[in-house]
Amino acid sequence: MYGIGLIKGLSVTLNRFVESYTEDIRWLVKRYAKVDFRSSKDAKGTFTIEYPEQQLNIPEEFRFTPFLVYDEGENGEKNIRCTSCGICAKACPPQCIWIVRTVDPATGRPQPQPAEFYIDADICMNCGFCAEFCPFDAIKMNHDFEQSSYTRNLKNKEILLQPASYYANIRPLNYAKEEAARAEKAAAKAAAKA
Amino acid sequence: MDSTKNTDVLDLANLYKDSVKADDRPGFSGFIIAKEKLFDIAKDLRDKYGYDYLSCVSGVDYPETNSMEVVYHAYRSSGGSALVFKTQVERVDPMEVPSLISIWPGVDLQEREIWDLFGIKFAGHPDLRRILMWEGFEGHPMRKDWKEAFYEEEAKPLKSRWPDGNHKYAEAKAAYGDNINFEAGFDPEKWTPTDPEEALYSALKKYQTEDVDGIKTDHLLINMGPQHPSTHGVFRAVVILDGEEIVSLKPVMGYLHRNHEKIGERNTFLQNIPFTDRLDYFNSMYSAWGYSLAVERLLGLAVPERAEYIRVIFGEMSRIQNHLILFGMLWNDLGAYFTPALYAFEERELMLDIFEAVSGSRMMCNYHRFGGVVRDIDPASMQKIKELVYERLPRKIEEFDRLLSENEIFVSRMKGIGYLSPEDCLAYSVSGPTLRAAGIPYDIRRAEPYGVYDRFEFDIPLRYNSDLLDRYLVRIDEIKQSVRILQQALRDIPEGPVLTGKPSYQIKVPAGETYGRVEAPKGELGYYVVSNGKGNPYRYKIRTPSFVNVTSVEKMCVGTKIADFVTILGMVDIVLGEVDR
Amino acid sequence: MSINELNLPDFNIPDDMEGKVTVTTLDRLYNFGRRSSLWPMMFGLACCAIEMIAAQAARYDMARFGMEVMRPSPRQCDVMIVAGTVTKKMVPSIVRLYNQMAEPKYVVAMGACASSGGPFKEGYNVVAGIDKYLPVDVYIPGCPPTPQALMAGMIKLQEKIDKQSISKVRWYQKGPDSVEIAVPFLGPDLIDPRRIPDIKAKSAELAVAAVAPAAESSTEG
Repeated sequence: MYGIGLIKGLSVTLNRFVESYTEDIRWLVKRYAKVDFRSSKDAKGTFTIEYPEQQLNIPEEFRFTPFLVYDEGENGEKNIRCTSCGICAKACPPQCIWIVRTVDPATGRPQPQPAEFYIDADICMNCGFCAEFCPFDAIKMNHDFEQSSYTRNLKNKEILLQPASYYANIRPLNYAKEEAARAEKAAAKAAAKA
Repeated sequence: MDSTKNTDVLDLANLYKDSVKADDRPGFSGFIIAKEKLFDIAKDLRDKYGYDYLSCVSGVDYPETNSMEVVYHAYRSSGGSALVFKTQVERVDPMEVPSLISIWPGVDLQEREIWDLFGIKFAGHPDLRRILMWEGFEGHPMRKDWKEAFYEEEAKPLKSRWPDGNHKYAEAKAAYGDNINFEAGFDPEKWTPTDPEEALYSALKKYQTEDVDGIKTDHLLINMGPQHPSTHGVFRAVVILDGEEIVSLKPVMGYLHRNHEKIGERNTFLQNIPFTDRLDYFNSMYSAWGYSLAVERLLGLAVPERAEYIRVIFGEMSRIQNHLILFGMLWNDLGAYFTPALYAFEERELMLDIFEAVSGSRMMCNYHRFGGVVRDIDPASMQKIKELVYERLPRKIEEFDRLLSENEIFVSRMKGIGYLSPEDCLAYSVSGPTLRAAGIPYDIRRAEPYGVYDRFEFDIPLRYNSDLLDRYLVRIDEIKQSVRILQQALRDIPEGPVLTGKPSYQIKVPAGETYGRVEAPKGELGYYVVSNGKGNPYRYKIRTPSFVNVTSVEKMCVGTKIADFVTILGMVDIVLGEVDR
Repeated sequence: MSINELNLPDFNIPDDMEGKVTVTTLDRLYNFGRRSSLWPMMFGLACCAIEMIAAQAARYDMARFGMEVMRPSPRQCDVMIVAGTVTKKMVPSIVRLYNQMAEPKYVVAMGACASSGGPFKEGYNVVAGIDKYLPVDVYIPGCPPTPQALMAGMIKLQEKIDKQSISKVRWYQKGPDSVEIAVPFLGPDLIDPRRIPDIKAKSAELAVAAVAPAAESSTEG
């Protein structure tokens, strides 16, 4: 009969319509627990995550723009991990990283410190190559996506710097892995010395 | 490279001794045909030897040997590897090569592209206009000696970035302070604008009739796009209408021409991977696969078992997600606003969550590397994939099927519309579901298996009416087959490493050429890569399914109503990142 | 507290008065209305457009901000989300669309490409940022920005609207209510009509520079 297909299709939408109400009632009490449920296989009914009140869980590997990691010294000084080796600038596909190497004014020899470090966030394609190939774990990809602004986004060293604790916070597993590898390396070095 | 040296490939050099010679440059294969004989031999190839499917036409510029080359990759629709044949012209304007459009009409847009970007003329092409750039643009940008305004160096990495990389906007270095370039002495005030649309409009078939009552009927010219909600991006079509009926149609593109190929030739091999993500931005997992495949062939690199399975898993997931979006958008175009699209996006979001957790980004995954993938799937994501594949997706696909497939309005808008005969499908180099809806069982996963596809049990869905409804149904079946492949892959996936060798950002690729192609959700996606042994590709050409499939749109549309154009175009499943590159 | 202060659009109710009084000004009421029904233009350029669609879909649902009505016609929209790479071939159409929008109108540059050309900046057919032609209100970095990042950007735009005052905005002042932007055209390369004298001077300069060494070498030879 003509129209059966239509009715069949509409039954799906009707079902969904009803579900959206039953689900709403279910979540009335524990409103803010629903993010996990709505990103799971059982998600049905209303599907919305109410940003900015709620936020999706950001997975550890998520990458937005890069930032530079520094270790906090005992007296609060910033020990920048970056040695300005330039690997990130070479690996960067759109070439959005600019690095000026520090040169010792006395000897003229390059020092392992960036004098300047720029990332043009308006060119950056968030590919993550810089973080992937950095041998010093000095540049990492940020999780903070709320970076919109009223002007263009050229980031210099001061803006890019973030403490290692911030890094440990957003990527705990990677951080633990890297720290373990570093500790192992240090132990091996110490053993070799002894 | 290896695949093109199979024994079933014709030895053209023996057959046509006086006009063909084998390409004996190291790493190269195929045959070089004298351009005077190209047309005749090509005709023989199709009629005598069964190479009925011309997949890819690429131009290559060799200033050192003062020549330009046109490379053709032809296939048999019954399967098997490519026959590569080339023709060379001296690099002096005007260059001319015979057009093969009367043998394989599918070369239409590709030849226009080569004319536009390389300046090689195709004698006998009826409508040789610029395609990606506009009529009147200065120069042919893919030539090696053509420099863009922001040109810095021949190859990346650029020396200005390190160690003395004081930030400077590219504008500050460019001659005109912007991304523009003019010939010295150019005076914009004295320049007389030529109408860039004139050639386009004159290429359309127009008519004027007078009926018995003496009422004159004139054609109606309509521009759809580039800003039009149902052209799926910045696509433009110019149509001539007789009432509501389409008399003539020309696709106009280039509104998203982002110079992938020129940038790709400046990039290192690795740097191209994130750029491939931006070709077909629905299926970045698949786009990168084709490119990795091509470069891995040049490198002679084996991919670990586990990585091959992971590639299949994500490849098939993006296929499902791509087809679902197509259905949603198609319904949007047909007037069923939003509901199906919203349903489709729900499933897509769940898959993108997994992509994001594994690769780091929802859409631009940048997940493939030469010799594997960048990282393993974490256990939580694996669990999620299993839940989706075994529980949710089969249920949801069934629901989608129920929602749409039998809807009478939908069926009446699709049945019998946009017919393209199987012969035409092949002639127009149509690939993907459109080809299979015409009853031609051509799927690269079977015709020339790559990855580990030869280990899975799956059918190639076929339909025979070659209309819109069949193209839709083929896609539904394909989703079901994808789920089947996924279930096998998840069952069989071995443990082990996911990347051969140590990851490195500097890769030297041995000299040679290769054509890596995969069955992307939209059709055949091929990468023609030429390396000269340096760190960046000498030629990086992308044969995208969307671009080549658009060739057949005119043929499908003529004679139908203007409202059907939207549906037909939607069913060809174009994505502008691929059409314009 | 002066009456002027009270009239400022970003004036907040003092803590001790919270919940006891409702203060509004015409500005606030007006801005509330405007910011809660920002209709974007249904107009996508590239990859970012897909994230824009995703932001409109069920997961993120921009309708919660009153931004669900995507209008294909520029006459009916308030905000143009430039979502994707702007090419030279496309920019005349974009500027024309912008000119056709009715005031008040806003432009959001979504993603790296729209902000400054992004990864494709070096390409010969790419405009290095839509802000060369249109006044951009909010830049959203990211390639592509996730739907949540887009929403964060739109909230930023709402904040900007909140700070505008009826008495100061351009479109209520005397004179023409909207500013027509000269539409660029396609010659041998993209030509911005506003820059014609520039281009002329520079190309003449280059012509002289090209002739000079040639003349030099000929005298030498």
